Amino acid sequence: MSTPMVGWKDLPMAAIPFLSAREYPTGEWAVFQPKIDESKCVRCGLCWMYCPDSVYRWDGEGVPVPDLDHCKGCGICATECPTKAIEMVRV
Amino acid sequence: MVATAVWRPDIKELARVEGRERPVESGHRLCAGCGAGIIIRQIAMAARKPLVWVNATGCVEVATTIFPYTSWNVPWAHNAFENAAAVGSGVEAARKKLARSNRFSDDPDVELDYDVIVLGGDGGTYDIGLQSISGAFERRHKILYVLYDNEAYMNTGIQRSGGTPFGARTTTTPVGKVIKGKPLFKKPIMDIMVAHGIPYAATVSPAYWNDALVKFRRGFEADGPAFIHAFSTCPLGWGSAPEDTVKIMKLAVETCVFPLYEVVDGEYRLTGPSVSIAKNPDRKKPVEEYLKLQGRFRHMFKPENKWMIDKFQEWVDKQWEVLLKRAGY
Repeated sequence: MSTPMVGWKDLPMAAIPFLSAREYPTGEWAVFQPKIDESKCVRCGLCWMYCPDSVYRWDGEGVPVPDLDHCKGCGICATECPTKAIEMVRV
Repeated sequence: MVATAVWRPDIKELARVEGRERPVESGHRLCAGCGAGIIIRQIAMAARKPLVWVNATGCVEVATTIFPYTSWNVPWAHNAFENAAAVGSGVEAARKKLARSNRFSDDPDVELDYDVIVLGGDGGTYDIGLQSISGAFERRHKILYVLYDNEAYMNTGIQRSGGTPFGARTTTTPVGKVIKGKPLFKKPIMDIMVAHGIPYAATVSPAYWNDALVKFRRGFEADGPAFIHAFSTCPLGWGSAPEDTVKIMKLAVETCVFPLYEVVDGEYRLTGPSVSIAKNPDRKKPVEEYLKLQGRFRHMFKPENKWMIDKFQEWVDKQWEVLLKRAGY
């Protein structure tokens, strides 16, 4: 009836989650997603800094590019953009 | 003692580093507009050495590691509410022991030069985890404890905690005819932590990112335990619009509900916008501006509940006066 007990040496070392969250598309939650007007963007990077989901990809020079697969559409970037270059558009 | 050379964060360089390394990956399931998401990114940006991340139960813990996904590209350990700081001190003590024993000195795969960061929510810090933090600080373990304060147990369904402010509606302090939100005020967690005589303690609002990054870095550099109280907007529990997250973080500082300061070896120093408010009291905004953006304070704006706003303002003014006196203004 009884199964032999597994010793602690046979158990895995640690950590159970094994897939990167990158593979989970939280962008599906969004109703609105950002669209950047490149002519208005002053490359300050605040959208990148304030994004809770690390959605923006920014090389420090050009216009930040949002990764819409993971953007949940909170709209912080559009509110905080100093030149209002970001518009939230319905997806 | 904190290193004298001040680190000046460069947003462009930080963006390039995050593009390469990404310690916190997108795809975690924090709510849209969650303030804690900004805080964990900023902690990772401010790191000077590899990090070992110890996380108490809370929103960040459950949302970033939903089976089988994990958002973390740094070594990360999950803990119960009450023992996060104890695990952090264990990690730190084990590193000291291993470094002394030279067991891994010729192993290129083992890195023993790292910083330990313990992240806890307000439930895990104000209420349940207070004893383990107190112990870790008393034993002088070199850990950085960051409290992200969203002012209630948001993850389990918005129950009140020791960090919930006066008048806030939560599911355990509902608004009715007799009780109108939480009748009590916030626990003075910074005073409790400073009383431990730790070398570095600070308050952080992620909206002022430059100030926040410098403080996180100084927390890592501190020679002993450091405590940082970070302000985190919760759109779900506070009934605020997700896009107003950063705006509320700014208003909390501008109204002096959450003043920015740091305590180095017991000496208080105001930082960021709080300095200009101290020098120029006209810049201090009335608390209504902060309260009106949040649904949890909506009942305070009814004419019969006007006394609640006055009481809140009075408390804020008193706290601010005490802080000004301590900082020497």
